[in-house]
Amino acid sequence: MHWLVEPWSFQFMRDALVAGLAAGMGCAALGVFVVFRRMAFAGEAMSHTTLPGLVVAQWQGWSLSLGALASNLITALGIGLLSGRASKGRGVREDAAIGVVFTGMFALGVMLTSLGGSWRDLSHLILGNILAVEPGSLWFMIGSALAILVVLAALHKELELTSYDATYADLIGIGSGRARLLVLALVAFAVVSGVQVVGVVLTSALLISPPATAAMFTRTLRPMMVLSVIVSWIAVVGGLTLAYHADLPAGAAIVGCSAVTFALAWAWRRMRG
Amino acid sequence: MKLEWLAYGGRHLHAPDPTMPALRVSELAVGYAQASEAVLSRVEFDLRVGAKLALVGANGSGKSTLLKTIAGLLKPRAGAIRVFGLAVGACHHRTSYLPQREEINWSFPVAVERFVLAGRFVHCGWLARPDANDHAVVESTLAELELSAVRRTPIGELSGGQKQRMLLARAVAQGSDLLLLDEPLNAVDASTRAIVARLLARLQREGKSMIVSTHDVGMHDHPFDGVLALEGGTLEVQPYALAR
Repeated sequence: MHWLVEPWSFQFMRDALVAGLAAGMGCAALGVFVVFRRMAFAGEAMSHTTLPGLVVAQWQGWSLSLGALASNLITALGIGLLSGRASKGRGVREDAAIGVVFTGMFALGVMLTSLGGSWRDLSHLILGNILAVEPGSLWFMIGSALAILVVLAALHKELELTSYDATYADLIGIGSGRARLLVLALVAFAVVSGVQVVGVVLTSALLISPPATAAMFTRTLRPMMVLSVIVSWIAVVGGLTLAYHADLPAGAAIVGCSAVTFALAWAWRRMRG
Repeated sequence: MKLEWLAYGGRHLHAPDPTMPALRVSELAVGYAQASEAVLSRVEFDLRVGAKLALVGANGSGKSTLLKTIAGLLKPRAGAIRVFGLAVGACHHRTSYLPQREEINWSFPVAVERFVLAGRFVHCGWLARPDANDHAVVESTLAELELSAVRRTPIGELSGGQKQRMLLARAVAQGSDLLLLDEPLNAVDASTRAIVARLLARLQREGKSMIVSTHDVGMHDHPFDGVLALEGGTLEVQPYALAR
């Protein structure tokens, strides 16, 4: 029992726990829409496109969270503008738009990093640094998670309908394109929190793995969102505990726990036939 | 609580113009942006209030394009459409559209009852939740289309006939006065055809106006008031007897 309690006797571990739970909650709840709207590629792309914003913010001494957020909102707008009329045969296909914007922004980030001269300074951004999360970032993560939940609750029926029948949503005046842009903007917020927890490379795991695990147990949206959040919290608590005792990178340990949870759920589902 | 100013697209429920037909299509031309040739050209017809027209034509003749344009999903290149005397989209409440099945993301985790409830969303608008009346409408529609037993079933687990009835249930639950039904009997069995026929007959008795697109008028168990035959993007209006 002491093994389980000991990590939380330190302030930096308690801060990391709050950061992980907040980022996990926003990513996991939103992730259900990301997975079932088939936007997993967008989530993966957005985690990488934080890079130019992070680099510029680091150079200028600005808030890293706001730098990453600005970068991601530009990405979301770029994807939205390029593919906005794809369903009417007038735009670029969404996956192609994501591919172009994602690689373009990431390349910009790499060039800016190179101009800055040091990759070591940015290693904590690429791999995450949840054990040294700053108070400002912590409040950003809590605020982002709450904002995501409020939007998901307030616009639940519109986001749900546009996810499975964009045509009908357009017919009654909801505007599926606007809903898509809103989801991309929410992903931008979720990813910025996730980057600080598990880093640029692993953030999409926070968006994808918990909903994919939850989908093994339920086939309806709201229970799936709740279960997805619970799964992400299990991964955060398990990952931080493991990182503390085994001296592992905390972000990788959280994502590893999330993957193990998914594997166990998948095995259980297979055994039940 | 439903607030007027939160209506989708700022469009509220407008009273119809009693002097106008349910639908008036004049000199309509429709085409897709990347194609120079129009899919539909010089299409003209009226649909009187309470009438039911069949829309027939081969694959690619423009049936779905015409229905989507009337529904406001596609913008015409030329011409005009008036729905109960109003511009297309002026009142989202009055027009419902039954899409073809391939337009739905069937893997999305939503149950049948919730799917049909979406037909009531236009009456709620932003932020408001469906009320007891909305749920009662869904309840009776599910019963009429014999879907009550699968109300909690995820939409992806339904049979083809059940999917078609569910789509129709949502269109009916909307309570619109003009129904645009794109291939409602596509790949369905005899029992679903009978249920749909019964429903369409009831709707017509209640004065609803309909356009039903179909490959084959003969497979419908109910009479039409006329046939719109599309061929090469142009339209012929025929009395029903000639089409049989």
